[in-house]
Amino acid sequence: MFTAIIAIALLALTFGLLLGFASIYFKVEGDPIVEQIDKLLPQTQCGQCSFAGCRPYAEAMANGEADINRCPPGGEATIQALANLLEVEVKPLDDECGEEKPKTLAVIDEDRCIGCTLCIQACPVDAILGAAKHMHTVFADECTGCELCVEPCPVDCIDMIETKAKPNTWRWPDPSRIDLQPGEQS
Amino acid sequence: MTQPLGSFPGGLILPGQKKRSTQTPIRKMPLTKTLVLPLQQHIGEPAVATVEVGEKVLKGQKIAAAEGHVSVGLHAPSSGTIIAIGDHPIPHPSGLSASCITIETDGEDRWIDRQVNENISQLSSHELRQRIREAGIVGLGGAGFPSFIKLNPGIHHHVETLILNGVECEPYITCDDMIMRERAQGIMDGIEVMQLALNVKNCVIAIEDNKPEAISAMELALASREQLKDTKIVVIPTRYPTGSEKQLIQVLTGKQVPSRGLTLDIGIVLHNVGTAYAVGRAIKHGEPLISRIVTVTGKDVKHAGNFETLFGTPIHELLSFCETKRQPEEPFIQGGPMMGYNLAGDKLPVTKTANCILVGVDEPVEATKPLPCIRCGDCADACPVSLLPQQLYWHSRSKDLEKTREYNLFDCIECGCCSYVCPSKIPLVQYFRFAKTETMNQEQEQQKSDLARIRHDNRQERQERERLEKEEKQRKRKAALAASKAAKAKKEAEAAAETQTDKQET
Repeated sequence: MFTAIIAIALLALTFGLLLGFASIYFKVEGDPIVEQIDKLLPQTQCGQCSFAGCRPYAEAMANGEADINRCPPGGEATIQALANLLEVEVKPLDDECGEEKPKTLAVIDEDRCIGCTLCIQACPVDAILGAAKHMHTVFADECTGCELCVEPCPVDCIDMIETKAKPNTWRWPDPSRIDLQPGEQS
Repeated sequence: MTQPLGSFPGGLILPGQKKRSTQTPIRKMPLTKTLVLPLQQHIGEPAVATVEVGEKVLKGQKIAAAEGHVSVGLHAPSSGTIIAIGDHPIPHPSGLSASCITIETDGEDRWIDRQVNENISQLSSHELRQRIREAGIVGLGGAGFPSFIKLNPGIHHHVETLILNGVECEPYITCDDMIMRERAQGIMDGIEVMQLALNVKNCVIAIEDNKPEAISAMELALASREQLKDTKIVVIPTRYPTGSEKQLIQVLTGKQVPSRGLTLDIGIVLHNVGTAYAVGRAIKHGEPLISRIVTVTGKDVKHAGNFETLFGTPIHELLSFCETKRQPEEPFIQGGPMMGYNLAGDKLPVTKTANCILVGVDEPVEATKPLPCIRCGDCADACPVSLLPQQLYWHSRSKDLEKTREYNLFDCIECGCCSYVCPSKIPLVQYFRFAKTETMNQEQEQQKSDLARIRHDNRQERQERERLEKEEKQRKRKAALAASKAAKAKKEAEAAAETQTDKQET
């Protein structure tokens, strides 16, 4: 009787120590699933998903609070990637958030810009350069096309311009789309 | 030739269709009024224009310089005046425009001074490569990779064999066949230069057995060359796609080039016979690359044949010179029927990679509506790289790009054998091209989004820091205010106490 109790107690102590040791030495920093989801998002930081940026949306998805189909800039490809990662069904993009549009780039009409710096404050990736009462300009390579700078501009001098395909970035069209004749269902 | 030939899996025996374009010798395409030269006619960075609008140029004068390492310059194909530098439609499957230099020819065709070099053995291999680069020479087999890079093995590789590719396995195309028949001595000149540049003795010229005239012409030319005694001609059986470099190496040596590796990794350098001819002209005669042999054929072409065409010559003028039945704006094929692509529009120029123009060809894969895949496995049998096209098809179709990579999509050479044999007429190669460019695009986008994430994080960090600094400042100001208030209060208290004592004293 005694031996049994001692044996069980010893076992409990050993496993307790093992677990305690593991919880300290093998502790995972941060939430890796959030990182993984965040990596798949396009990082436009546009907020169309109704969250304050890509990372908050990734956190919400990781907690199961948000659906995977709320990212219009990422579109179908992102939904596919998220579905693969989270092992859920692929869904069509949520209309509430917006629709998948071709990639755009913000361009400031330099004649109209009054140098108010409002767009600089709105840009989530610091892609606009300028100072108060001086003309502003957009770094084309850094602009994510999030459109957040369009709204604050008091003189409406920012235009979203569709990025033109160049021969070296051009993609072969998807043949499964070409196969379909007009009026057919996919 | 004692060593038995190797082989590769799959492949096809296709009807050659080469007779029509080999009945007449190579003809010269007459000079046209304008020449349009895209700044990018090669793999790598586009060249940069070094001339200005209105400038007069001579034939062979450099009009654009190489930018970066993987790039070559561009030369005026004839004398005339630069009339425009700007976007112009280019012969690309996308139908897009790119930067081009337009020359209005003056009809005089006046050359610049050419440096003739009879004794090439005086030149160092570095000097040879530089001259080949300066001459703007790229692979003329169709890919357009700058040739000087392929002649520079570097210190980590040892080149054992130079292979000259005169296989030309795709139906209809005969430009290499004709250049071997008529300009074999010029090709030999180029081989001598290439051997010097690579410092290699061993050289193999591979020709398919459906070109007996070319074989005898090349043998005759080779016999007259003292320096080329270690060069031999190997006749190989006609099978598509033996002309692809990795497949040809497998046939000649039995060795396989590693997946995503280079031929250099197994000590082999491969050049097209047309490139060798261009190298010979550049080094021995000082002529930069300004023209090439273009095959024009197809059942709608009245005078099919091979034409020595200046770069920049509008393709529609070349076609009207051959009297085709083609209507204006009707699409045609550039390249062969298997690997070429449809082009449309009348303003497109002939470029360094334009080996063949086809008008009126029954497409090997009929453009009927594809039927479902029945998993017969014919495509896997035909694949010369031992891939599983049906699996790649499923994954490309469902846009599961990760999986297509696992099935080695990037080893696909886009030869089109799988589409050709498919009983359901599925355009498999179209799917693979789509999946490849899509993957590359996603990689680029991933890089861009990583950059955006870093910039966003930096911005948030900065905002947080600014907020803390502000708070700190405010706190300090408050503290200072409190301190000065306290001091003031103390002073006042002291003053008050003093007055009180003064009062008491009085």
